[in-house]
Amino acid sequence: MATALPQQVAPVATHPPRGRRAAGWANALFVLPYLAMFVAMIVVPLAMGMWLSTTKGDLFGVEAHVGLANFTRLFGDPIFLETVGNTFYFVVLTVPALTLIGLGLALVLNTPARWATVLRTIFFASTVLSVTVVTLVWRLVFLPDGGLLAVISEALGKTPIAFLNDPELAMPAIAITTIWWCIGLPMVLFLAALQQVPRELYEAAALDNAGRWTTLRRITLPAISRTFVLVVIIEIILQFQLFGQPQLMTLGGPNNATRPIVLFIYETGWRQWELGYAAAAAQVLFAMILVAAMAQYVVASRKGAQ
Amino acid sequence: MAGVTLTGVSKRFGGVAVIRNLSLDIAAREFVVFLGPSGCGKSTLLRMIAGLETVDEGEIRIGDRRVDTLPPGERGVAMVFQHYALYPHMTIRDNMAFGLRNIGTAADEIAARVEAAAQSLEIGHLLDRKPGQLSGGQRQRVAIARAIVKQPELFLFDEPLSNLDAALRVRTRLELAQLHQRLGTTMIFVTHDQVEAMTLADRIVVLNDGRVEQVGTPMDIYLRPASLFVATFVGSPTINLLPGKVSDAGGATLVTLADGTKLQTAVSMAGLAPGDTTIGLRAEHVRVAEGGAVEARARVVERLGERTLVHVELADGSPLVAEDAGISQARAGDTVRLAINAAAAHLFDADGRGHHAAG
Repeated sequence: MATALPQQVAPVATHPPRGRRAAGWANALFVLPYLAMFVAMIVVPLAMGMWLSTTKGDLFGVEAHVGLANFTRLFGDPIFLETVGNTFYFVVLTVPALTLIGLGLALVLNTPARWATVLRTIFFASTVLSVTVVTLVWRLVFLPDGGLLAVISEALGKTPIAFLNDPELAMPAIAITTIWWCIGLPMVLFLAALQQVPRELYEAAALDNAGRWTTLRRITLPAISRTFVLVVIIEIILQFQLFGQPQLMTLGGPNNATRPIVLFIYETGWRQWELGYAAAAAQVLFAMILVAAMAQYVVASRKGAQ
Repeated sequence: MAGVTLTGVSKRFGGVAVIRNLSLDIAAREFVVFLGPSGCGKSTLLRMIAGLETVDEGEIRIGDRRVDTLPPGERGVAMVFQHYALYPHMTIRDNMAFGLRNIGTAADEIAARVEAAAQSLEIGHLLDRKPGQLSGGQRQRVAIARAIVKQPELFLFDEPLSNLDAALRVRTRLELAQLHQRLGTTMIFVTHDQVEAMTLADRIVVLNDGRVEQVGTPMDIYLRPASLFVATFVGSPTINLLPGKVSDAGGATLVTLADGTKLQTAVSMAGLAPGDTTIGLRAEHVRVAEGGAVEARARVVERLGERTLVHVELADGSPLVAEDAGISQARAGDTVRLAINAAAAHLFDADGRGHHAAG
């Protein structure tokens, strides 16, 4: 005997019950404090900066909307273009060096021995110093008259080199200062990553006859590849924002050789009071950092996926 | 194939002695299990043989070669780790080939060995995957395959089954036994699981506090435990231990329990002094039986299917585990009678040394 199907089928609910909806909104309250701060401190200034970059004005107010005129002017400004070149040059000098030296130090100091603990502290100590102290110390090293390098040169019977006054050497000198100052962070990040590599992998490699170089290349480096990418991205973002060191060591000279974008933005905005123009330069810097960091991230993700 | 000889081996971590003056001979082709509780030094001993821990004193030989001064890769051993230790960024094929590449084995030879090992462990379809894409059981097989391709003189297993679920553990245990039969290579296996030890080993080395308590075949260890420690560590449920007084009954021993029960054992009085003793009775030798001589009260009844364990209390309050048939009438609170097979009893003297019936 056939069984009759029920005549009425309960309608499919298209909305969650009122109580659940209310609970959903109540849950959103937990993220509200952070969201409010994020909007107030990040999104609003970012939007204001973008808006300012399309205006002409000073600290007393906006005189006119100029559309993309500030950007057109920027890309025809030889000084700005030179600061872009200087900033890239500085990033190329520092980021690979910071990454590789940080990795090298971490590899050497990744041991529970007491001497390693002491050296880890010493290498990280420079990071906590302010840029004022760091640049003061390194000015004393680079000074052609009585500086440390000058004294050594004279002792060797050679003429002291004025590093900070030489357009060819000033930026490498600032890069060395920066590497000395910033090496602590990559070293600590690499150390943390190295200590996450399971000891059993090294033991398996030892039983597999892997020598030191093979172990480094085939076990250690692949195991910390994510940290490698992280360090590169962090350092790209940080070093693109070079400002304090040339401001305090060379004032952007000699002949603009060490003037980075942030110093250009500072001088344009706060010395020449061209806020709209400075904001446009800041947008260009933001885009450069974003592109560089994303490019690195995408390349690393593809390698990881393979 | 090579045997292993340990002579006076010691190991300290700081002020703590982990292995104390240990000597052991393992014959070629033998499957030996190091059995003991956590912290007894069994894994340290295995790692010393592998070369992953230094040897403070003594000598280790594999075959005729003294190896305790050699790096791990030159000892001719392969090890399967507890957490497998597969290289996570390499494919399974590369994991298996890594050791062979490092010693310059020809590419076609590597490919042939990898294929053969993969086939024997049924992981051929996994060769191009990475360890992160495999289940625990598959990783375990890969770890064993990685050891096999090296064709070592000695296999070392450091609790390799402890991360597997119960069913997989039983299956892998069987496969390891078959692997040993097929390869005929000397194997040392570390575990704290007595069932693994009993089922796999040709001989078991029971370790306690850095010393060897007993070396013997699984049934030797079970039937003739050398010490109280071995008797309690091996066997499930744990052996019943009751205090008593031993006296001479015409060459054999008579043990009087605290509740007055007298048990005539088959243990010889030779080597035993009259007086205090501890009598050890396995649950299968204490049967619940209507005509039994000893009265006791059932406290807990554990029905295991093929048998029933009845936890009882003697008249003086001493606890005891007795065995009954799978379909048992006993219930908690019942008064039951126990038939004790005293001929199978073990006696332990004041130093904890075991004394057993001859034969």
